[in-house]
Amino acid sequence: MSTPIAPDLDDLVTQKYRHGFVTDIDSDTLPPGLDEDVIRLISKKKGEPEFLLNWRLKAFRLWQTMKEPTWAHVTYHPIDYQAISYFSAPKSKKDGPKSLADVDPKLLETYDKLGVPLHERARLAGVAVDAVFDSVSVATTFKDRLHAAGVIFCPFSDAVRDYPALIEQYLGSVVPQGDNFYAALNSAVFTDGSFVYIPKGVRCPMELSTYFRINAANTGQFERTLIIADEGSHVSYLEGCTAPMRDENQLHAAVVELVALDNANIKYSTVQNWYPGDENGIGGIYNFVTKRGECRGRNSRISWTQVETGSAITWKYPSCVLIGEGSVGEFYSVAVANHRQQADTGTKMIHVGPNTTSTIVSKGISAGRAQNTYRGLVKVLPSAAGARNYTQCDSLLMGPDCGAHTFPYVEVKNPSAVVEHEATTSRIGEDQLFYLLQRGLSQEDAVNMIVNGFCKSVFNELPMEFAVEAQNLLAVSLEGSVG
Amino acid sequence: MNQIQRGDLILDIQGLVADVAGRNILKGLNLTIRAGEVHAIMGPNGAGKSTLSQILAGRPDYDIKAGSATYLGEDLLALAPEERARRGVFLGFQYPVEIPGVNNVYLLKAALNSRRRQQGLQELDAFEFMTIVREKMKLMKMDESFLKRGVNEGFSGGEKKRNEILQMTVLEPTLAILDETDSGLDIDALKVVSTGVNSLRRDDRAVVLVTHYQRLLDYIVPDYVHVLAGGKIVRSGDRTLALELEQRGYDWLIEGTNAA
Repeated sequence: MSTPIAPDLDDLVTQKYRHGFVTDIDSDTLPPGLDEDVIRLISKKKGEPEFLLNWRLKAFRLWQTMKEPTWAHVTYHPIDYQAISYFSAPKSKKDGPKSLADVDPKLLETYDKLGVPLHERARLAGVAVDAVFDSVSVATTFKDRLHAAGVIFCPFSDAVRDYPALIEQYLGSVVPQGDNFYAALNSAVFTDGSFVYIPKGVRCPMELSTYFRINAANTGQFERTLIIADEGSHVSYLEGCTAPMRDENQLHAAVVELVALDNANIKYSTVQNWYPGDENGIGGIYNFVTKRGECRGRNSRISWTQVETGSAITWKYPSCVLIGEGSVGEFYSVAVANHRQQADTGTKMIHVGPNTTSTIVSKGISAGRAQNTYRGLVKVLPSAAGARNYTQCDSLLMGPDCGAHTFPYVEVKNPSAVVEHEATTSRIGEDQLFYLLQRGLSQEDAVNMIVNGFCKSVFNELPMEFAVEAQNLLAVSLEGSVG
Repeated sequence: MNQIQRGDLILDIQGLVADVAGRNILKGLNLTIRAGEVHAIMGPNGAGKSTLSQILAGRPDYDIKAGSATYLGEDLLALAPEERARRGVFLGFQYPVEIPGVNNVYLLKAALNSRRRQQGLQELDAFEFMTIVREKMKLMKMDESFLKRGVNEGFSGGEKKRNEILQMTVLEPTLAILDETDSGLDIDALKVVSTGVNSLRRDDRAVVLVTHYQRLLDYIVPDYVHVLAGGKIVRSGDRTLALELEQRGYDWLIEGTNAA
C-alpha cells in the first residue's frame, strides 16, 4: 500500500476562477476593426482636443510600421488585430454618471461581487477607488476629500478635459508612442484609465486604487495610467484586475507612466488576476503591458510591487529610469503560473544619474504545465557613478511538468558600479510537505504555508489589505496544485 | 472521546512487512504499546528504526506488504498523515526540514488548532495560545525571538531538535515517536530535551524513543527496551537491556536472528 502525498502532481486545480461572471448590461460597442477612422471616432466620442487626436494618429502610423515582439519566452496564435473591438462602454445617460447615485446599479453590483464596493461608506476607510469597466471609468470615490488635499485623482478622460496642459506635458514623456508594438497600439486606441497628480509637498491622505474589469466579449482593454508626483510628494497606488471566463483570448495592452520629481515617492502595487484560461489553456487574457517610471528628481523613489496570478500570457516589465542623483528604483514581484499559463515578466532598472540604487526581488512560482520566466535588465550608464543594484530571483516549481527560466541581463558602463545577483530554483519539497502534514495541517494549508513563506519578502512590501488579498489569491490560484 | 486509562492499548503492530523502493526493510514486526508507557527502540544502523517511525507517521514511498497497525482501535495505516497527526500521533523528526519565511509561531498555532478541531475543542485565541507557548518555551529554555524565526531556518542541529520537542509539548500528543532526537545534542541540550519529554509522560499517553545511545535513557527512563534488527524486534526487556547492549553491542542478538 502506498499513500503518496502527491499521487499525481499533474492533477492540478479543481478550483474555478472566482471572478468569471459576465454582467448583462447595455453596452455601446464599436464593431471590430482598426483604422484611422476608428481612432477619430474614439477621440470624438471622448470629446478630445486636437493635440490628442494627432498624438493618437501619430502612434497609429508608427504602430503600422512595427512588428509584434517575438523574443519573449511565450507561444500563442497570432492575434488578429482587426477582429478586436476597440471601444466598449456601458450605456448610460448621455453625460455619464455625475455621482455614484447615477451609476447603473448592475455595475455597482458587479464591483460588490468582486469585493470592490464603490459606495464610499462601505469602502475601507482610507482607499479611494477609480473603477474602469471595459473602456471607461465608471466611478471614482472620495473625490472631495482628495480634492481638499489638492490631489487630482480622476478618470483619464476627465483629466484630458480638465487638465489638458498636464496631459500634454506628461503623456508619452516616459513611454513614447513608438516605444514598442503594444505601447504604440495603446497610444493609438487607449480609451480610459486613471490620472493622478500629487502637488508639491503633499502626502496623499489615502491609498489610491484603480480597479480594472473587462466585461464585454471580443473587446480589448487599452487603459492608460499617468501618475505625477511633484516635488516632495508621496503616493501609494494600487491596481486590481479581473475579467469574465470566456473561451476566446482577450487582449489587454495597457500603458502606465510614472513621474517622480525631486524627493517624490511613488509606490505602485498591482494584484493582477485577469482570467487565466482553463486548465487546457483555452481562453484567458493576453496581458501585454508597458509600465515604466522615471525618477526625474534627486532622491526620488519609485517602487513597483506586483502579484501576478492571472492572464493566459503575461508580458510585462515594470521598469525604472533612475535619472535624478540618488534616486531609488525597486521591483518586488510574485508571479504565479499554473496550468498552461505563460508568464514572461521582470523589470528594467536603467541607472542614469550618479549614486542611484535599485533593488529587484522576484519570486516565480510554476505549477501544472506552466512556463514562468524572469527577464530583467540592469543597465548602468557611464554617467551613473556609484550606482548599486541588488537582484534576487527565486523560482519555486510545483510538479514535474512546469518550467522556470531566468534571463538576467546586466550592462555596466561605469566601473564604480556594484551589481549583485542571486538566484535559486527549488522544487516544493515532499519533505516540507510531509513535515507540515505530520503537524496536522491539510494538504492545501501546507502548500499555502510553504508558498506564502517563499513569497514573504514581497508580500511585506504590499499595503496591508492588499497583502491579505494577495495571499488569498495565491491560495486560489494554486489550489489543488499538489493533489 | 473516551478517557484513556493507564494500560489501555494505544498502538498494536502485528506482523508488519514493508518495502522501500523494492527493498524489504520490515520483516514481520510486532510491537504493543500501552498508555502510560515509554518504549525505547534501539538497534544497529539500517535495521529499520527510522522506517518504522516514518511508516507510523504516514510517510509515502513505503509499501506495506503485510500486517497491521492499530491506533486506539483505528486502522492507523488507512489514515492520511494529517489525520494521524490530528488524532495525536506525533513524529519528532531526525532531520527537521527548513521552511523559509514561515514563522515558528504561525506553524505552532496552525498545528495546535488543527489538533483541537479534531478533539472538538474551540480554537485558541492569540492570548490563550501565547500563554501556553510561553510556558512551554520556558520549560525548553528557549528565547522568545525563536517564535519569529522561520521554521528551522538557519537553526543549529540542537536548536532544530529542541524545536521538535517544543512542538511536541505544545501539541501534547497521545503517541509521541521521537526519531533519534538525541543525536547531535550536547549534554546540556540533552537534559533540556529530556525535561521536555518527561513533562509529557502521563497515564493517558505513550512515548516511543528511537535511539542509538543508552545515554538518553539515563534521563528518560523507559519502561521497555526493544532491539530492532533485521526488520524485526529481536529482543525486548527492561532498562537493563540497554545497559547490556552498551556493553556487548548488537552482534550477539543479530547472530541469534540469523540462526532462527
